[in-house]
Amino acid sequence: MEELSKEEKKKKRKNKEFVFTRESLKKKFRLSEFLAEKVISSVAFLSIAVIVLIFIFVFRETLPIFQTKDSQKASTEQIPTSTNSTGGELKQESYGGTETAEPASNAPLKQETYGSTGSETPASGGEKQEQYGVVTDSNLAAMETSMPEVHDTARESMASQYNENQSALRTLASKDWQPVSDRPRYGLLPLILGTLKLTLIAILFAAPIAIMAALYSSTFAPKWARETIKPVIELLAGFPSVVIGFFALMVMATLFQDLFGYASRLNSFVGGIALSLAAIPIIYTITEDALNAIPNTYREASLALGATKWQTAYNVVLPAATPGIFAAVLLGVGRVFGETMIALMATGNAAMISANPFDSIRTLSATIGAEMAEVVFGDTHYSILFLIGSLLFIFTFALNFIAEFYIKGKLMKRFQGKS
Amino acid sequence: MKKRRDIPGKIAIGLTGMSVVIIIAIIVVMFTVIIIGGKDKFTWEFLSTFPQDGMTKGGIFPAIYGTALLVIIMAIAAVPFGTITAIYLTEYASEKSVIAKIIRFAVRTLAVVPSIIFGLFGLGFFIKFVGTGIDTAFLGGNLHWGQPNILWASLTMSLLTLPVVIVSVEEAILTVPREYREASLALGATKWQTIKKVVIPGSLQGILTGTILAVGRGAGEVAPILFTGAAYYLATLPGSLSDQFMSLGYHIYIMSTQSSNVDQTMPIQFATTLVLLLLTFVLNLIAVVIRVRIRRKQYK
Repeated sequence: MEELSKEEKKKKRKNKEFVFTRESLKKKFRLSEFLAEKVISSVAFLSIAVIVLIFIFVFRETLPIFQTKDSQKASTEQIPTSTNSTGGELKQESYGGTETAEPASNAPLKQETYGSTGSETPASGGEKQEQYGVVTDSNLAAMETSMPEVHDTARESMASQYNENQSALRTLASKDWQPVSDRPRYGLLPLILGTLKLTLIAILFAAPIAIMAALYSSTFAPKWARETIKPVIELLAGFPSVVIGFFALMVMATLFQDLFGYASRLNSFVGGIALSLAAIPIIYTITEDALNAIPNTYREASLALGATKWQTAYNVVLPAATPGIFAAVLLGVGRVFGETMIALMATGNAAMISANPFDSIRTLSATIGAEMAEVVFGDTHYSILFLIGSLLFIFTFALNFIAEFYIKGKLMKRFQGKS
Repeated sequence: MKKRRDIPGKIAIGLTGMSVVIIIAIIVVMFTVIIIGGKDKFTWEFLSTFPQDGMTKGGIFPAIYGTALLVIIMAIAAVPFGTITAIYLTEYASEKSVIAKIIRFAVRTLAVVPSIIFGLFGLGFFIKFVGTGIDTAFLGGNLHWGQPNILWASLTMSLLTLPVVIVSVEEAILTVPREYREASLALGATKWQTIKKVVIPGSLQGILTGTILAVGRGAGEVAPILFTGAAYYLATLPGSLSDQFMSLGYHIYIMSTQSSNVDQTMPIQFATTLVLLLLTFVLNLIAVVIRVRIRRKQYK
């Protein structure tokens, strides 16, 4: 009896104790845990989604000027949940608003328009093929596919819109930017060259100053100075660009005109200097980070060999940080290239091609900023502005890509002694 | 062992030091000029009244109100999403995860995309796709959401400031010592409980910094709202999300470039610029101070 009860007690105790078994150690499924993880990771995808959406939607608005079969297909692919409403909307944008669909009765008429548009612009069709690789046949085929849903009258307007788009495409490479005139010309050349000129001026001014300042604060400055300089220069990054633009417009423009005595008060020089104020904090911060990332052993080795501080900085620190500095300048270029408000306010906004830094220019971004508010939604000018936006986006995306992967990869390799 | 004279070194230190002086001088000059230009007009009356006589007199109250509303809606949209993304990147994603790398790249790309592109995106996506979609689906084609308004402008702005929030929150989360997390996990808390009770409270200051920086950025940007909702002049304050609004930055831009009597309104322009500059400056200053405190905590 006694023994049995002892055994029973033991059993009871055993049951009370927590025993680690394979089952008990397994992760329990908890709904809240699972949900939290799923929600958090799907929200994290938002940034990627935004980038993709920017790509899609900025390009989508440029599509009307490239009405080819491919782009039509692409536009339907981009919106997989293409419901009736979105389809209708797409139509509205490209063709100026048509709603009713008469597929059956329009079938024979289709051919007619096909022929007529073809005969209207036979010569230009040939040119088109040569110059831009926009195949006319596929264009018309695309029109054909969308035709059944379009009214008779709307078809005419669509054809004229189509012609207008084609002639607009042909003027893209011309030297004139005259979007508002009887025969609008959308030459991007002066805008691109103007932007490049402005970027060059701004970077030529910003890069040396910012890099030298970074070198000073990371290498030569005493500790207290370093801790003040960095936040102060970062404050410049917090200046709204419209404030810098206003300062350039009101103060710098007059000052420089008095100093140099040139003709037009607002020009690429004033704009360039103003833009360099926006680029300096970026170049400074990234360069300083690159310089600080260099292992201290490099510096100590150089100093121990008897090199002075300057010799160390020039022969050891700077070469080791070159890729990082290059990345800094690239990102500075990206900032200047896409900056809108300063360019809009301080460069004069005259689309002309000249090498003189004291001439007015018009940049890509300023063109969008100035003209988007005045265009008719959906017409050629509107699409061209979105095309400029796409160009800007692709350019900055590429710059960032290079700065991110190529250069950082190089930097890492160098520190690990692989190259 | 006499120390040699290091003339190139002296020159180099002089030159590089000079660059720092130039940059700081530019900042000081800009501040001084704008303060001197705007201080006469910078009164309570200017801040609290409506523009009068075709914007040549009166104050900028609707612009201040519009900017405040814009950044509040923007922060409501950007801060939670930014914080959650930062939590994912620091807590859930492993270091080698490709997805996390792509997200990081996307965040950094978002940070360098020109602000005008956000404006185009806001127009193409929010207004013409979402807005028009809502109109055709629910309002029978009446134009209500498919036009520029403060909601679309704020959402556009929140995309622009998303990377600012993500970066500062991430930085703050990384300062929460690993031991805290391990202690929490060892006590039997789950991962989500640990994040909720340990990580987020420990990085509240970082979330605050991110919010302040984002608000400062959003208040100053003009390009994204140029065609997504900012208006030149409105006689009433925006009452609903589908109204347009006035903003400080847009006000400066319009007054200094598009207005017919630029010279006459010069004091108003300077004073408006001063308000905007002070606003962003104070916000940035607060953020810097909090950041310094976070960094100190980290090194302790």
